[in-house]
Amino acid sequence: MHHLEIHNLSSAYGSHQILRGVTLEADRGEVISLIGPSGSGKSTLLRVLIGLTPPTDGQVFVAGQPVDYMSRKSLRALRNRMSIVFQQYNLFQNMTVMRNVTVAPVEIRRRPRAEAERDARAWLEKVGMAHKHDAYPENLSGGQQQRVAIARALAMNPEILLLDEVTSALDPERVNEVLDTIRSLTSEGITMVIVSHEMAFVREVSTRVAMMDEGRIVEYGSPAQIFDAPREQRTRDFVSKILRH
Amino acid sequence: MFDRILQEAPEFLTVENLVFLAEAAGRTLGMTLIGCSVGMVLGLLIAVLRQSRARALLPLRAVVILYVETFRRIPFLVIIFIVLFVIEPLVPGVSLLGIATVAVCLLSTAFLSEIVRAGLEAVPRQQVEGARTLNFNELQTLVKVILPQAWRVILPPAAAFVVMFIKDTSLASQIGVIELTFAGKMLVNRGFSPVLGFGAILASYFLLSYPLSRLAAALEKRLASP
Repeated sequence: MHHLEIHNLSSAYGSHQILRGVTLEADRGEVISLIGPSGSGKSTLLRVLIGLTPPTDGQVFVAGQPVDYMSRKSLRALRNRMSIVFQQYNLFQNMTVMRNVTVAPVEIRRRPRAEAERDARAWLEKVGMAHKHDAYPENLSGGQQQRVAIARALAMNPEILLLDEVTSALDPERVNEVLDTIRSLTSEGITMVIVSHEMAFVREVSTRVAMMDEGRIVEYGSPAQIFDAPREQRTRDFVSKILRH
Repeated sequence: MFDRILQEAPEFLTVENLVFLAEAAGRTLGMTLIGCSVGMVLGLLIAVLRQSRARALLPLRAVVILYVETFRRIPFLVIIFIVLFVIEPLVPGVSLLGIATVAVCLLSTAFLSEIVRAGLEAVPRQQVEGARTLNFNELQTLVKVILPQAWRVILPPAAAFVVMFIKDTSLASQIGVIELTFAGKMLVNRGFSPVLGFGAILASYFLLSYPLSRLAAALEKRLASP
């Protein structure tokens, strides 16, 4: 049984079809990267997976259980196993770093505060942000905010972590600190779905790479296949364009 | 003129007159504070209701939008008369002050709901999406994430509205509520010089609204940092 299974998933915005029948599966602990041009549906796929954009067709299974995106109960259960990190971090501006990381565990999951804070400190340590636990997001750099956002997602103990272009909004110098953080997570056994334009990074950390175009998965295979010996012309064009600079 | 003021002053500054003025100021302040507090609570409810996308609430949303858009466009004096002529036959023995206070509530709810709505809309959508994916429900998202951020946008115009409204309550004098403006007229009718009578009223309005402005400014400063 696959950990995450996506069957024929479609989504439309009005009459505009954004996902056109995406099928994908990931085993536990795999790191799947989605690559492809802007507007190919990569980010939308993540948004549909976590229930922020409704699917119009298709099915998603987590550990063999179907997700019902119309049911609040099913969505709650899904989000207890799946977390997302956004391109724009989306940290709560009215809360300190520590509270950003603990607010959901304490106030939504009702964990004891001391315990949640101990865990939060460990995660913040892991992303190198423990010294900033008292700071507010607006006083942090983009890279620092993004690392806190990663700690916040991890504090929910997700089995599946979605990363949506997490380095796209960052200064070039800040990109590596975030990539290093993600790299250090690949040994945690969390299944990850990553949307990224950092091709060297994708190639290094991914177990499999999906090439997307116009809302479809054009090719799905090992990083070596996608980057060195793509079978599809569309993948070949995209990869050669990306790797040229 | 100043001779006359000085001459009248001992007669004017009696305990009786001061109590009369204080009572009038109390009515002015009471109408404003009760009206605007009710307006803030109902305005918040309306603003939240207008943001909801639930289909079941559509009829209620339509009614509320009609109310807000209408009452923001009617002069306050007209609202007072409407309330007077609607409520008086329905509730026998209702006080004029009560009627004026209801009118203040109706108007301030309409205006404050728009101020609150602008504040809620100023919070980026991403904040809501972040909360949703962490399993916050709608109420938790509102209370823990949206309102603490929206406050900073809501407070300055809301405070300005309340301070401004202290003055507008003078229109309640038109139906005979003895608030500050009406009290001024009465003092003049009792034979005091208009400069003295309305001078006292001017000072009273200032004493009511200035501390409120300072309080709002202090709150604003505190909210400026998260």
